[in-house]
Amino acid sequence: MDSELPPLLVLGPPAVFNIFKSQYPHKYRFLNAFSSDLPLLQFLQTQNTHPSSVRAIFCNQRQLVTADIIRSLPSLGIIATSTVGYDHIDTTECRRRGIQIATLGSQFAADVADMAVALLIDVIFKISAGDRFVKKLVPFKPWSFPSDSKLGGKRIGIIGLGRIGAEVAKRLEAFDCIIMYHSRNKNPSVSYTFYSNVLDLASDSDVLVLCCPLTEQTKYIVNKEVMLALGKDGIIVNIGRGALVDENELVQCLMKGEIRGAGLDVFENEPYVPKELFSLDNVVLSPHAAALTLDCFMDSCRHVAKSLDAFFSS
Amino acid sequence: MGTISVLLVAKVLPYLEQELDKRYKLFDGIDPSQRAAVVRDHAASIRAVVASSSGGPDAALIEALPKLEIVSSFSVGVDKIDLEKCKERGVRVTNTPDVLTDEVADLTIGLILAVLRRICECDRYVRSGNWKKGDYKLTTKFSGKTVGILGLGRIGAAVAKRAEGFDCKICYYSRNEKPDSKYKYYPSVVELASNCDVLVVACPLTPETHHIINREVINALGPKGVLINIGRGKHVDEPELVSALLEGRLGGAGLDVFENEPHVPEELFGLENVVLLPHVGSATVETRTAMANLVLDNLEAHFLGKPLLTPLV
Repeated sequence: MDSELPPLLVLGPPAVFNIFKSQYPHKYRFLNAFSSDLPLLQFLQTQNTHPSSVRAIFCNQRQLVTADIIRSLPSLGIIATSTVGYDHIDTTECRRRGIQIATLGSQFAADVADMAVALLIDVIFKISAGDRFVKKLVPFKPWSFPSDSKLGGKRIGIIGLGRIGAEVAKRLEAFDCIIMYHSRNKNPSVSYTFYSNVLDLASDSDVLVLCCPLTEQTKYIVNKEVMLALGKDGIIVNIGRGALVDENELVQCLMKGEIRGAGLDVFENEPYVPKELFSLDNVVLSPHAAALTLDCFMDSCRHVAKSLDAFFSS
Repeated sequence: MGTISVLLVAKVLPYLEQELDKRYKLFDGIDPSQRAAVVRDHAASIRAVVASSSGGPDAALIEALPKLEIVSSFSVGVDKIDLEKCKERGVRVTNTPDVLTDEVADLTIGLILAVLRRICECDRYVRSGNWKKGDYKLTTKFSGKTVGILGLGRIGAAVAKRAEGFDCKICYYSRNEKPDSKYKYYPSVVELASNCDVLVVACPLTPETHHIINREVINALGPKGVLINIGRGKHVDEPELVSALLEGRLGGAGLDVFENEPHVPEELFGLENVVLLPHVGSATVETRTAMANLVLDNLEAHFLGKPLLTPLV
């Protein structure tokens, strides 16, 4: 019976929500607060739901789970987010109330790492440029081969050796790349060379791959100085967050040839992308699609459902 | 050495042509009509032929050159050279393996990712401004997929090694099962195609492997399967491939080679599940220079009576 299903307050909505609904159509009573402009308590009234019957929230970073929201729901016990980060959730209030926060783990690490490698190979081999050349999607210009394109022996500087950085490293090792990294802390269980500062890493690298979260410390971690240190043969791959790189400087460096090329899945002001990049063949652009695979979405949904199941059955 | 006559029968890297011209008496036989005249006038002196993937000496040419000692090919593939005739006449043949193995294997993974993750389409989506209208759709994960390799030679093995970094399962078909291989063997191409998600063509082109990818194989690979061809265009029955893609019987394709290069079937141009490249495998200046040096070094070794570096025959 519908009224016996546990209510699930949905904020955001999470990008995986449509798939979640189709995978679990009869497990929860979905309260789609994301689609209403009404304040929460009024919205719940329209759903004939008393706030004290809401024990679980499913959200993502699109809508903040504020202290006010949490205080309005006296029985709230779990907030499941379809993200790894939880900046959008008031953790102080959660701690005070003993509310569990369930995040994603490494469900999309492989897909994001795959995207990083895809972008890197595309930049080096000019795959997207070649495809549009053959398909005659651009005005004819004689094809020019890159001067070097073997990945083997290239020095890869990974910025942020978390789950995603580790997956990127593992893949590129199979291409005989040399892996180095910069992280907040050295990781004693890996044999890759650690660099305590990004500038030194860039000077010694052929490729920089950004895999770290965006924080106050990492904003513009790749700035003009770092790009110049990377040098004219250097390539930047960003599958982290747009603001890890000073985008205006990046555009200038690419246009002037201060770096060899870039593969970018994220931008400072999505979905706006600097149009100067559109005429460049040494740049490959992607619409924040690194985690947009069916497998990833299904795995994420399964993980959220498991977290909610464990909560509701305890 | 400057008096040794060498016949060039295919276009090669300018650097190679220049070096050959410096070191030997080089005759330009690239244009078939010009070649006939050159052969007529100089057949008695030509001791070496330099070939490539686009042209090599057939039986008739080999017969016409009584002093021919060596054919040095600026390529790995030697399907344009009549190897049997060379063996019969005691003519040595060299090619350029290994220098391009890694590059071609790297490109193969890049093509697989480009097709499965729609990288080129994503790039177009951004450049066209469509991202402002909404997010891109879901694509297909590569990690963990099963990669089937047709021909587990140097290039096939290099592809397998890279794919393993993505936790892919590897299976293969080759003329003979390799007892030392840890990968799963299938005794036919159709069985290989039925049991993999991505099929990579990485074998040499021979009369046996001509159109080895035919309708039956393509149907076995199926509507979710992806074909990657970094071998030779003639490995694939191209009209069958085109109709399978247009009809949705094949899930996608990444092609660096075509049956009649530089002609590429235009029906493929509008397909988002197809990535087409202008024969870029092994095409970088760095690799081509290494290949050229191998051609020069093999010729030098031969004429100095030293062992050949990379003999095939």
